[in-house]
Amino acid sequence: MARAERRGSPAAPGRALGRLVRLPAAADRPRRAAGPPAAEAAALDAAIEAAIAGLSALAGAAGGEAAEIVAFQVAMLEDPALAAPAREAIAAGTPADAAWAAALAAQAAEYETAGDAYFRARAADLGDLAGRVLRHLGGAAPAAPAKLPPGAILYARDLTPTRFLEIDWRGGGGIALAAGSPASHVAMLARARGIPMAVGLGHVAAAEGEMALLDGGAGVLLLGPDAADRERLPPAAAPVPVPMAGGPALTAGGRRITLLLNVADIGELAAIDPACCDGIGLVRTELLFAAGLPDEAAQLGAYRRLLAWAQGRPVTVRTLDAGGDKPVAGLSVAGESNPFLGQRGIRLSLAHPGVFAVQLRALIRAAAEGPLKIMLPMVTVPAELEAARALLGAEAEALSLLPPPLGMMVEVPAAALSVADFAADFYSIGSNDLTQYVTAAARDIAAVAALADAANPGVLRLIAAVAAHGAASGREVSVCGDAAGDPALTAKLLDAGITVLSMAPNALPAVRAAIAAHQ
Amino acid sequence: MTLATGAVPLTNPTGLHARPAVKLTKLAKTFAGTVEIALAAEGPWIDARSVVRVMALKAPRGAVLHIRAADPAAVAALAGLAARDFDDGAG
Repeated sequence: MARAERRGSPAAPGRALGRLVRLPAAADRPRRAAGPPAAEAAALDAAIEAAIAGLSALAGAAGGEAAEIVAFQVAMLEDPALAAPAREAIAAGTPADAAWAAALAAQAAEYETAGDAYFRARAADLGDLAGRVLRHLGGAAPAAPAKLPPGAILYARDLTPTRFLEIDWRGGGGIALAAGSPASHVAMLARARGIPMAVGLGHVAAAEGEMALLDGGAGVLLLGPDAADRERLPPAAAPVPVPMAGGPALTAGGRRITLLLNVADIGELAAIDPACCDGIGLVRTELLFAAGLPDEAAQLGAYRRLLAWAQGRPVTVRTLDAGGDKPVAGLSVAGESNPFLGQRGIRLSLAHPGVFAVQLRALIRAAAEGPLKIMLPMVTVPAELEAARALLGAEAEALSLLPPPLGMMVEVPAAALSVADFAADFYSIGSNDLTQYVTAAARDIAAVAALADAANPGVLRLIAAVAAHGAASGREVSVCGDAAGDPALTAKLLDAGITVLSMAPNALPAVRAAIAAHQ
Repeated sequence: MTLATGAVPLTNPTGLHARPAVKLTKLAKTFAGTVEIALAAEGPWIDARSVVRVMALKAPRGAVLHIRAADPAAVAALAGLAARDFDDGAG
């Protein structure tokens, strides 16, 4: 197979290697003979109704950003203004399908003249709507969900957002379009799903089933890639970014859930829009300590960057949680027989007050510039919280600044069971450690990993008890372990009274959808 | 009958696009009486309840959204939504 390269525009990053599968253009040509105008109008109404029903089912199954894109199409179909020109033509004797096709083509042409690429791309949505209603008018069953061979690269002139949603992408794959736009809704969906996509490739003369390498980030399609190409451009799943969809997360019943991010590497925030969340619920500071003990200025710089990124949203920084599975050279204790039950978290910080004070000073100074909160890991008894609060108060006084709010992780069962004894300003449940301590099972020991289940009733009862104390005492209770980012657990956590979830950025879309589906 | 009026600049990155348009029309439908928007004080005015017509304005970022309505609360609500960038992310 001759090697050939087509250059277009990038629409979604990532690379895919697979066989080209051609998606035939839908045959949406009007072919009705005109009946009486009243019958044609009724046929159009029925087809629009059927299209709305089909789209609504699609939106329900898709969730998240995809659901919003489909909701836009439903809103357009529900607006009588969309079909008004078609109705006029029908009254004048035009068949329903021809009237509808002409009316939507005219409106799509309007968008195609827009100066703004975003509005130009809406022409594709109108084409999608036109085709859906036409298929119902023609009596044809809607296209069955396309079965793509796993990893196949779909090639078409253009692809509609609803067609994208009907395809099973679980086997990976890619999208190569002769036309299309990076501003289209289907490109947004591809980016959200991590499916590589290139647009504007022009006509691709390739045989069905030919091997191709798609580089979505570069906007290039390589036909018949050779071994050197494959080595140079290995298939790489695109990172699934946080969708731009923001706004308050609400349950179906209207309950507001606060969504926060867990951050380990400040650099990863650069690619994330802060509007995707309500703030940062957990900053792991261990990475700052990866290359030795950072001084106060270096730490202050890092905390300032977090506040600057968050643009006024709250940022909760956890003090050094070294020890356990996170050793820090020169600080944590090596060779403990059971590091998870050893000198880690606040235990280690209180044993090294000099190191702890440097971190507290940097945090106090940063908090003078934005809504920063401090959280202590591995608190077991109230005396640890009080000792930390005394140190914080002394350092703040020395700096002539106010001490920021001081909260604690709830991850030790003893603390969860007697949470009311801890005068913390807020609580955050570290579900990973809490689960392993409550179930006496480590997640990294395969033979017992199934026991380390955050949905264990014992774990959930502790979470509910902490949430109840928070509600009764007016203090925020969040969950910041992996359970917070697991959509399968979202309903259980909300039922336990949790209203604040802090998770890895790439978990947000699925959890948002799970929240929206919960009463 | 006089209509209440207001104006607010569109500051979200993509202007009055799909998601904001849906939010705006849904909000407009919660008010009785005339609710109209335009890109200039002298019009042309279009029905703020029609997502088709709102999208057809193709109002980009930086455009000024003029609002007029029988119910002054509708003007305040729509202007507030736009001022909050439609409670939207960058999308």
